[in-house]
Amino acid sequence: MRDNGALSLRERLMLQLLVLAAVLAVALFVAVRTVAGSAAEETLDGVLGAATIAVADELRGGEEGVSVDLPHEAFSILGSISEDRIFYRIAVDGATITGYDDLPLPEAARSPAELSTPIFYTTQYRDTEVRVAVMQRVVLAGRLSTAVTVLVAQTRAGQAEIAARVANQAAGIGLGVFALAAVLSILTAGSVLRPINRLAEAVGRRGPSDLRSVDHPSPAELRPLVDALNGFIARLRAGLMRTETFIAEAAHHIRTPLATVRARAETALRKAETEEARETLRAVIRAVEESARSASQLLDHATVVYRSDRPERESVDLARLVAGLAQNFQPVAGLKDVEIHTEGVTAPVEVVGDRLLIEAALRNMLDNAVKYSSPDSEIALVLSRKGDEACVEVADRGRGLSGGAQPDLTRRFARGANVGDVVGSGLGLTIVEEVAAAHGGRFELAERKGGGTCALFWVPLG
Amino acid sequence: MRFLMIEDSDELAHSVAERLRLDGHAVDRACSLSEAEDCLSAAPYDLILLDLSLPDGDGRSFLTRQRRARRDVPIIVMTARAAVSDRVDVLDLGADDYLTKPFDFAELEARCRAVLRRRGGASETVQRFAGFIFNPLTAQLVVAGEARELRNRELRLLEILLAAPDRIFSKSQLCDRLFSYAESVSDNAIEVYVARLRKKLEGSGAHIDTVRGMGYRLTAT
Repeated sequence: MRDNGALSLRERLMLQLLVLAAVLAVALFVAVRTVAGSAAEETLDGVLGAATIAVADELRGGEEGVSVDLPHEAFSILGSISEDRIFYRIAVDGATITGYDDLPLPEAARSPAELSTPIFYTTQYRDTEVRVAVMQRVVLAGRLSTAVTVLVAQTRAGQAEIAARVANQAAGIGLGVFALAAVLSILTAGSVLRPINRLAEAVGRRGPSDLRSVDHPSPAELRPLVDALNGFIARLRAGLMRTETFIAEAAHHIRTPLATVRARAETALRKAETEEARETLRAVIRAVEESARSASQLLDHATVVYRSDRPERESVDLARLVAGLAQNFQPVAGLKDVEIHTEGVTAPVEVVGDRLLIEAALRNMLDNAVKYSSPDSEIALVLSRKGDEACVEVADRGRGLSGGAQPDLTRRFARGANVGDVVGSGLGLTIVEEVAAAHGGRFELAERKGGGTCALFWVPLG
Repeated sequence: MRFLMIEDSDELAHSVAERLRLDGHAVDRACSLSEAEDCLSAAPYDLILLDLSLPDGDGRSFLTRQRRARRDVPIIVMTARAAVSDRVDVLDLGADDYLTKPFDFAELEARCRAVLRRRGGASETVQRFAGFIFNPLTAQLVVAGEARELRNRELRLLEILLAAPDRIFSKSQLCDRLFSYAESVSDNAIEVYVARLRKKLEGSGAHIDTVRGMGYRLTAT
């Protein structure tokens, strides 16, 4: 999937969900920090303001002027919140009565009404940033009402500390949200893609020649894909069927003239006088035989391929089938004085499968055995039950396998190294193997003890 | 033997009939199912060779009609289709055997013999020569009251020689008839079977003479 550089759907979906989660987490972090930061500032300002008011409340006017009794508890509240340093200044018309006289007044002039409650500003004082609360109170000093300005300032280390703590917590929350979203996105990607995976599995599980249309339940979004797939399968099946019909027709049209050629050639051979003419006629007959055999095996193969798509599921009595085939092959085997001995065919051995396919497979096995048998030998045709399988064994006394491996011999058009002059197309064993596979069985070739080949065809018992 | 061949291709019918006549068989040919019915009502046949695709119907329907009417002349189907389903079908419908075109005449003969043997057919096939009685159907040779079994190739060799006593058959002629064309055998392979047949013929007064440089012939003393 990644071969062409494209991301898989799953990766694509997960990536998008993760990016979304990351953006959300960052936004959350920023929001939490801003809100918590301003909340902390408000809280601290509230305390600072309260301290200022407390100082202002202690202002007393007298004959000699303004006096103040500094409320230490107000400062200790400030101190309890953080380790910050506190400065204060009480001034009348810019002249300091008590406190730090270099603590700067607000830059802009404020109206007395505005200053009746504390207002806050941030400024530089003694190389550090301080938060200042300022308010005015009018007291009677002498007989004059005097506006007294009260300033209380505090360094901002405490607030920075709170802000840092809040930022840490916000980052923690952001990361937590991101992790949770990541887990959810993986789960979501999985569940969204599950129908696709199920469909893929259902199609992938099929046998190599299973050409039924796909009717696996799938979500509406996948319908067009499934429909397209089914259309393709239908075209493929029609193509295969046409091929089979074509091969059957072709075989028919080839065989009749071949039969004429063969009969003529045999007659001519009987009458031929010179050895040269006889040799030619023999070659003609051999060629006819070869093409006829190829034609019938191509037809068998096409039938097998077509039918193993939907093999019939009927009960087949292997014993009857094997006995019938033995009888059918005996006259041909007899031409070489080869005897076919059957075993295990007296009692029925039932399997479930396609009778025509099994017949084609066993016929090809027997045909091979007869073809490769030495004259005056015997072929053992043994039907047996082994476990939950039936086994048909065809053992000949021919030239054996010459060490050729089975996978090579069951390949299409492959033939053994020692076939010599025996006519064959190389399709026979392919047919047998395909039939075995279509029935959930298997096909094996082995050397027979004492010489020859042993072919084993296994099918599960019905 | 007397054959009825039901086959619509003239070319094929002629060549098969000619080839069968070479072996001394009588062959009538019908090119349609109705013609076949006519032939069957006019003469007895030992065997019917039936093609499946005929101008006036499917050979299978003929097969069914014959069996339903209890006319049990052995029928061997010759099919060009060779589809698996065809083979299985015709046997179910009552054919005795089937052959796919093109066929080996040795195989046809072997199948005819097997069918007739199963049916317990024609006894007039017994032949007498010198001091033996030969039944090709049962592959038996009776010499002085003693039955001897012949193997297939011995039997066919004897048939060939017996068809023309005193005629010289070359080794290559005999090989062509005894061995399949699909196997290449040296002409000397025939010696094995001549030797075996000589042994079976011992005491019958029949001899297989070796004619140096020419071949073999069957003679009676």
